[in-house]
Amino acid sequence: MKVDRVLMAHGSGGLMSQELIDEVFKKTWNNPYLDPMLDGALLDLPPGRAAMSTDSFVITPLFFPGGDIGKLSICGTVNDLVACGARPLYLSTALIIEEGLPLSDLKKIAQSMAQTAQEAGVSLVTGDTKVVEKGSADRLFINTTGIGIIPPGIDYRPSRIQAGDQIIVTGFVGDHGLSILAQREGLSFATPAVSDCAPLVSIGRALEKYGDAVRCMRDPTRGGLATVLNELAQQAKLGVFIQEQKIPVSSTVQGACNMLGLDPLYMANEGKMVICVAREKALEVLADLKNLPEAQASAVIGEAMTEPAGMVLLETELGAKRILGMLEGEHLPRIC
Amino acid sequence: MTKDKSYLKHLLQEIRNETREVSLMEVCGTHTMAIARSGIHNLVPSNLKLLSGPGCPVCVTAQGDIDAVIELVKNPGITLLTFGDMMRVPGTESSLQEERSQGADIRVVYSPMDALTAAKNLPDREVVFLGIGFETTAPTVGITIEEAMKNGIRNFSVLSLHKLVPPALEIIFSDPDINVDGMICPGHVAAVTGVEPYRLLAETSNKPFVITGFEAKDILEGIVMLLRQLHRYEARVEIQYRSVVKKEGNLVAQATLERVFQAAGARWRGLGYIPESGLELRPIYQMMDARKKFDIPEIDDVPIKGCACGEVLTGKITPRDCALFGKGCTPLRPIGPCMVSQEGACAAYYRYTPLRD
Amino acid sequence: MCLGVPGKVMQIMVHGIARVDVKGNQTDISIRLTPEVQIGDYVLIHAGFAMEIIDEEAAAETMLYIEELLQYD
Repeated sequence: MKVDRVLMAHGSGGLMSQELIDEVFKKTWNNPYLDPMLDGALLDLPPGRAAMSTDSFVITPLFFPGGDIGKLSICGTVNDLVACGARPLYLSTALIIEEGLPLSDLKKIAQSMAQTAQEAGVSLVTGDTKVVEKGSADRLFINTTGIGIIPPGIDYRPSRIQAGDQIIVTGFVGDHGLSILAQREGLSFATPAVSDCAPLVSIGRALEKYGDAVRCMRDPTRGGLATVLNELAQQAKLGVFIQEQKIPVSSTVQGACNMLGLDPLYMANEGKMVICVAREKALEVLADLKNLPEAQASAVIGEAMTEPAGMVLLETELGAKRILGMLEGEHLPRIC
Repeated sequence: MTKDKSYLKHLLQEIRNETREVSLMEVCGTHTMAIARSGIHNLVPSNLKLLSGPGCPVCVTAQGDIDAVIELVKNPGITLLTFGDMMRVPGTESSLQEERSQGADIRVVYSPMDALTAAKNLPDREVVFLGIGFETTAPTVGITIEEAMKNGIRNFSVLSLHKLVPPALEIIFSDPDINVDGMICPGHVAAVTGVEPYRLLAETSNKPFVITGFEAKDILEGIVMLLRQLHRYEARVEIQYRSVVKKEGNLVAQATLERVFQAAGARWRGLGYIPESGLELRPIYQMMDARKKFDIPEIDDVPIKGCACGEVLTGKITPRDCALFGKGCTPLRPIGPCMVSQEGACAAYYRYTPLRD
Repeated sequence: MCLGVPGKVMQIMVHGIARVDVKGNQTDISIRLTPEVQIGDYVLIHAGFAMEIIDEEAAAETMLYIEELLQYD
């Protein structure tokens, strides 16, 4: 009888575990670090300051327009390393699989991880799988942890932001959040919006030459652009001033958000960066970004200011200023 | 685009030219939000006060009613479907969000028809839809109830907490302490009811009423129309929102309300009991009436010490005047209805209005 | 109370449902409250229902009415 689902036995460490690893992972992920199948990976790290980042992925559904949990798990950690100013090199991954997950799904996800890792120029060097009973995990949870090296002269920290620095976002916001929402039960609408999930290594590279003119980068994932701007304002102890009209939002995303009572500024993005740049270099940086396929719709949306410290001010279409706050609680569809 | 911008500038200029003390009230949570988000508060002169009335159906849902819903969902056979707005509204001790985290089957839907679909797909569950909203939303729930009846969906029912706007407005204008010079009327509610309820109110209160839409331009036009009436000592109802509001309203929607619901007394958080201000299902729909089906009790409200929502909702004080504002009561930990929903007066004020005060 | 957005009616299906387009997004809504609606009409959508047919010409009337007086200011 052919086994077409993940069983508890696949997690018990015996023959079936080995079979699972061989069939699903080893074939797709082969590289000189992983192949010896040791308890850990033996790495050659280039000289320089290292950055490390970890993230766990619990997204539902597993497959969505523009990607899947596998692609997301690579992009998420790669992009966090890029935001640290590092060139991502190696990723570890740990999978917690709910028994009953179809093997074909697992294989697709493993493939997707391998493909995305290749695009991002990183190697998946060590991993772990566990299988839990039905009901103990929502089909599949993935953690990835990554290491990269920071080139000299790069130091991305919110505390380096100065008043007058320009704030750039590398493209349209809200697409990922919307494409996931459309898959949700109970909200039946079809959207052409596709997740923007993508590795942003090229953005990191493009910005390296600007050295300390680039103060800081953040990827606006959960909580969206508004949340990241607030975090930067708080950590930099500066005010952030944004012009609503300058924020790139596609009319599709805006329309769907209007209908559901959601705000694109709080919707997740998985292929965007928020970048703080010294004023005198902003236009140059912008031009370089626009040459990259991942950042064609980049725009300067605002700047850092001394006051109001720790808060984000938004200039509305009417020219009035109001606060753009953090996300409180869940971002839910409303009718009011 | 340039024409639009200069038109908006003209509207703002006319508003800024107003020198008298004027208080205008809006009674629609969506208006509160729209005004707050577009920053209009910060553009109008300080002698022009924009007050937020009891038009947030989420905010005015009685605490005791939330408690009753929470009792209902403790029953493991019940699946509760609700608009997202209701998830964080606090009852005396808990909220739907908290109950869900404890295992209650509570799901967010965008349309009452989604709730009916869920009932068809979950034949072994008792599916209850939480009906919140004013005259805009109630007809949609009415149609859903009729569909359910027609198709014999026995495991579907509605808990109606729907309310009507005009009775609350009557309370506001009959209170001698109220200082409201004109009303920004809810555009979508009026799209259903037509102008008649507002025409009567304008007459009896001798104040201007303008039925207004929800874009920044609409709200500015509405304010201008009110100020012009005040200048001419007029007290009429006018329609700013002409693309959608007809004098007679939506007759099909009105007929639906008439067929499915009847007026009943209702408790409004912050305002208390108002007769004939709520909608209950007519007796022929009693199988669809969750209140009867599950014998849902009337739970008394527990008064909250220091909560001044009643005065905020009637425009007597501004959010900042409340002692609890920003101290015991914040959007993350709301105490009263005005802070509860995103578009409650206090929540909107807290979130969007900085600095200039 | 009353989030409503305009959408264009693309298709009229059976059982009082129409498929509408809201800036590229598509959703099926009930047209039981606006039974006279036709393909190509714009409707105001609230909670999965068409509430009214939008009359753009009427919308322009308000602006004209206000502008008339603006000239004299």
